[in-house]
Amino acid sequence: MAGLELLSDQGYRVDGRRAGELRKIQARMGVFAQADGSAYIEQGNTKALAVVYGPHEMRGSRSRALPDRALVNCQYSMATFSTGERKRRPHGDRKACEMGLQLRQTFEAAILTQLYPRSQIDIYVQVLQADGGNYAACVNAATLAVLDAGIPMRDFVCACSAGFVDGTALADLSHVEEAAGGPQLALALLPASGQLALLEMDARLHEDHLQQVLEAASQAARDVHALLDRVVRQHVREAALLLGD
Amino acid sequence: MSHRLRDLGTPNPRSSPSGSQAGGGGGGRSGRRSLMTRRGAAPGGPARTDDATVVRGARRPERRRGGGFGGGGGGGGPSAAGRGVMASVALSEAEKVYIVHGVQEDLRVDGRGCEDYRCAEVETDVVSNTSGSARVKLGHTDILVGVKAEMGTPKLERPDEGYLEFFVDCSANATPEFEGRGGDDLGTEIANTLYRIFNNKGSIDLTSLCISPREHCWILYVDVLLLECGGNLFDAISIAVKAALFNTSIPKVRVLEDEEGSKDIELSDDPYDCIRLNVENVPCIITLSKIGYRHVVDATLQEEACSLASLLVSVTSKGVLTCMRKVGKGSLDPESIFEMMETGKRVGKVLHASLQTILQKEENLGPKRPKVGFLG
Repeated sequence: MAGLELLSDQGYRVDGRRAGELRKIQARMGVFAQADGSAYIEQGNTKALAVVYGPHEMRGSRSRALPDRALVNCQYSMATFSTGERKRRPHGDRKACEMGLQLRQTFEAAILTQLYPRSQIDIYVQVLQADGGNYAACVNAATLAVLDAGIPMRDFVCACSAGFVDGTALADLSHVEEAAGGPQLALALLPASGQLALLEMDARLHEDHLQQVLEAASQAARDVHALLDRVVRQHVREAALLLGD
Repeated sequence: MSHRLRDLGTPNPRSSPSGSQAGGGGGGRSGRRSLMTRRGAAPGGPARTDDATVVRGARRPERRRGGGFGGGGGGGGPSAAGRGVMASVALSEAEKVYIVHGVQEDLRVDGRGCEDYRCAEVETDVVSNTSGSARVKLGHTDILVGVKAEMGTPKLERPDEGYLEFFVDCSANATPEFEGRGGDDLGTEIANTLYRIFNNKGSIDLTSLCISPREHCWILYVDVLLLECGGNLFDAISIAVKAALFNTSIPKVRVLEDEEGSKDIELSDDPYDCIRLNVENVPCIITLSKIGYRHVVDATLQEEACSLASLLVSVTSKGVLTCMRKVGKGSLDPESIFEMMETGKRVGKVLHASLQTILQKEENLGPKRPKVGFLG
């Protein structure tokens, strides 16, 4: 970690946050009229859009249909201008495919897919600006979009990342902290039950520290849940007001 | 009337073989789109000023909205992606007749006249890690454009000019049809059209993008992201591209040469020391869709489904035509083409004027302007 001090002696991070502090989160549901569900989220400078279509009939080959539950289909793409260096392709590269699979795994754990046998639910996420925590922002946006589409879920899915620097666990890593190359943990939590829908850990970390990092990430995910819950309630209240008049 | 959205993509068996009223094939591509115009207030539309520019205050005063052209918002019902091979809405014969007869009377389904644009919203500087960006919402059509300036080598045939590269990403957000490689065809088609309308000396001063001839120049990557299609893609994209270019600032660099002739590039220390582009002559596309015997600008998806062919003209603020193209599977008679060109020029001038006004107004608010983005 050449030169850059990720955590000062006073306990502040590069962007002035404390170790367990999240970046500012702003979100909105129902961004687009044509999709069945849509949402937009900003976590610091990371901005993501999620759109949900479905449940609908299988598109393309019917042989992919599952007899007992709905197929969750995810695509992750990043706008070509979202990163510091321009990307050549918005999706289709290895990283995007992997992200798509992870999202699919996350949401298959949360959506009550057995209610919609032989149908398909499409979740498309698009990163508009990338500044660390892309996976987490996408999961959070997709949760809101699925809720906006009215698809039943077991629980919210709230995701957050965490890292480990100088014996301290840092929640919600920014791009600078991710690029420094320390251990990184991405986690998607179902807050009501405390179950993990996705857990992924990069780089080397001593087993003794895992508990601490896990704890930091789950706490951050619970904080995200509180925020998302507020956004959903606000949205429903506004919608109810409009319907009432 | 209810517009049922139907699977985009496959030609739609219900609408057509008979070539219906307005010659309305179902699934085919049809390119009509249009921009703003002014004219009298449409019923139910927002109050409008003469030049069609309304900065609507109430809900988000900070956000500059594009001209209040046209009546209210988009055409209604859920609809899928616009034009082209890829997507269209399915309309019944009765719905088509309704739209076509309405257009004959200069009254469209959403209350606009034939030369009225829908209300457009324009906001610039929405993605902070680009050199310039803009988001345009025209009815249900939603476009985000990011411009990134990167240093590169000038093209051999134009050693003292920089150049523009266009890329259009039809994202699956707009319609599931675009998933995977599904949007590539449409994206390439739109990008090629953009190359064509910028393929003349007047549109943008490319020599200002040159740093040192034959060695270094700025390449502007203009990346268009299609987020939702509600008809009239080309016009909305061209407005967004113009707004993003207006917003683009490129760092100033100096070339230092030492005695041995080796060159060094020095970047200014002041981040506000930038070149801005002159976008006065950047053209906008006006799409005129032929419906029945008349043509309309800024067609919604439903109207696009009733139109057989359309004419796409790119017009500068002075009313100069820089490119023209017929799109759609039907045919146009030469006489109506001249009529449509005239309309295009007239409408285009008004569009440019109101776009310039709102861009300037937004610019004057300075860096303290609260950003709305997708949160508004």
